[in-house]
Amino acid sequence: MNHVTEEDLVLYYYGEAGARGVEEHLGSCEACRESYHALQRVLNSVDSLPVPERAHDYEAQVWRSIEGKLPRRSFASRWFTWKPLAVAAAMAALVVAAFFAGRGFQKPHGEVAHDGNVRERVLLVAVGDHLERSRMMLVELSNSDAPKHGSLDISYEQRAAEDLIESNRLYRQTAMSSGDEATASLLEDLERVLLEVAHSPSAMSEKQLDDLRKEIEGQGILFKVKVFGDQVEQRQAAPSNGGVL
Amino acid sequence: MEDSDSVAVARAKQGDGDAYRILVDRHSRSVFRLAYRMTGNEQDSEDVVQETFLRAYKQLHRYEARSSFSTWLYRIAANYSLDLVRRKKRHGEIGFQEQATEEEMGEVVHAVASDAPGPDRLLFSGAVQEKVAATLDGLSQQERTAFVLRHFEGQSIEEISAVLGLSNNAAKHSIFRAVQKLRRALEPLVAS
Ligand SMILES: [Zn+2]
Repeated sequence: MNHVTEEDLVLYYYGEAGARGVEEHLGSCEACRESYHALQRVLNSVDSLPVPERAHDYEAQVWRSIEGKLPRRSFASRWFTWKPLAVAAAMAALVVAAFFAGRGFQKPHGEVAHDGNVRERVLLVAVGDHLERSRMMLVELSNSDAPKHGSLDISYEQRAAEDLIESNRLYRQTAMSSGDEATASLLEDLERVLLEVAHSPSAMSEKQLDDLRKEIEGQGILFKVKVFGDQVEQRQAAPSNGGVL
Repeated sequence: MEDSDSVAVARAKQGDGDAYRILVDRHSRSVFRLAYRMTGNEQDSEDVVQETFLRAYKQLHRYEARSSFSTWLYRIAANYSLDLVRRKKRHGEIGFQEQATEEEMGEVVHAVASDAPGPDRLLFSGAVQEKVAATLDGLSQQERTAFVLRHFEGQSIEEISAVLGLSNNAAKHSIFRAVQKLRRALEPLVAS
């Protein structure tokens, strides 16, 4: 009978495949069993290698030491969790746009009035949501600091801005075609700021970030969006004629 | 554990800092242990821990859940530890122990064994620990990585060959060589 090789004993110790038949052999061969026990003793003793203890709050220490060095992505979290919402909003806008486009072909008066009401509310919700997302992205950007030396990575905000621009255009066109000039004009202002963000360098120095911040503030866009958002909320809260939504 | 990791990883990939913090909380101690076994140096190990979590965060989009998150993380840690040790070796710095000769070790064991039977085992195991450390320090980096990942981290030979960029066979032989050297160094100390 062939004895088990040392290599097979090692594989067997670690439970690796490729050491088949070892167990049976060890059961019947004293010499190999001896050899395996010697190997076991050595490898078990390796476990005695001490590793210095870490403090009880070690995890927090590690986090503190890396937190400031992580590329900033805090905004993106919110943005991405919103993504399905954004898609839903864009779809809603399409539905609304299609409705307004086909409006002339609707015949029964009562139904048009009713549908119009429902759809206006759908649009309101969608625009309100879009504005809130835009506002949060801009607020986050306004509140962030570039490191004294080096730059702030705003590529996540930029990707968000690009997506927002897309839906912004949709809502703006919809608002225009439905004759809602106030909304259309607000969305136009917003679009300018979003474009500004999207077209900025993605690595921003302190100075560049400051300029962008002034640009956002100069447009007064955050305030306008906030006011509009409050109005939307009030209009949503008001009882609807059809009582459908 | 792994399941909740994958939830945290998915959220962290989307830039959720809180989710990444959960991953840091879960794995910083084990990354430290791995780093220490790889480098044998406390300060180096701290460097490895920091750098591993920074690199992992930046490369998170490349992690594809083919292996568990911890395996992927250990791979980053092992590679960085390798770099670090190589760099230091080039600059002539040594590991955490001066390499004790077998004679010295034998003397320690012998002296203890013949003197007081009470605390023998304790001191004896101290000598074993030192010998283990010294022997690990004497392994080639490839042997050490392969052995540490197999022995302490329970990684499969396949995973280890991926870390080291070796064939399965070469990874296996690195482990065999490491075990052989450990046997030679430790068998006299641990023989029953
Ligand atoms: Zn045999």
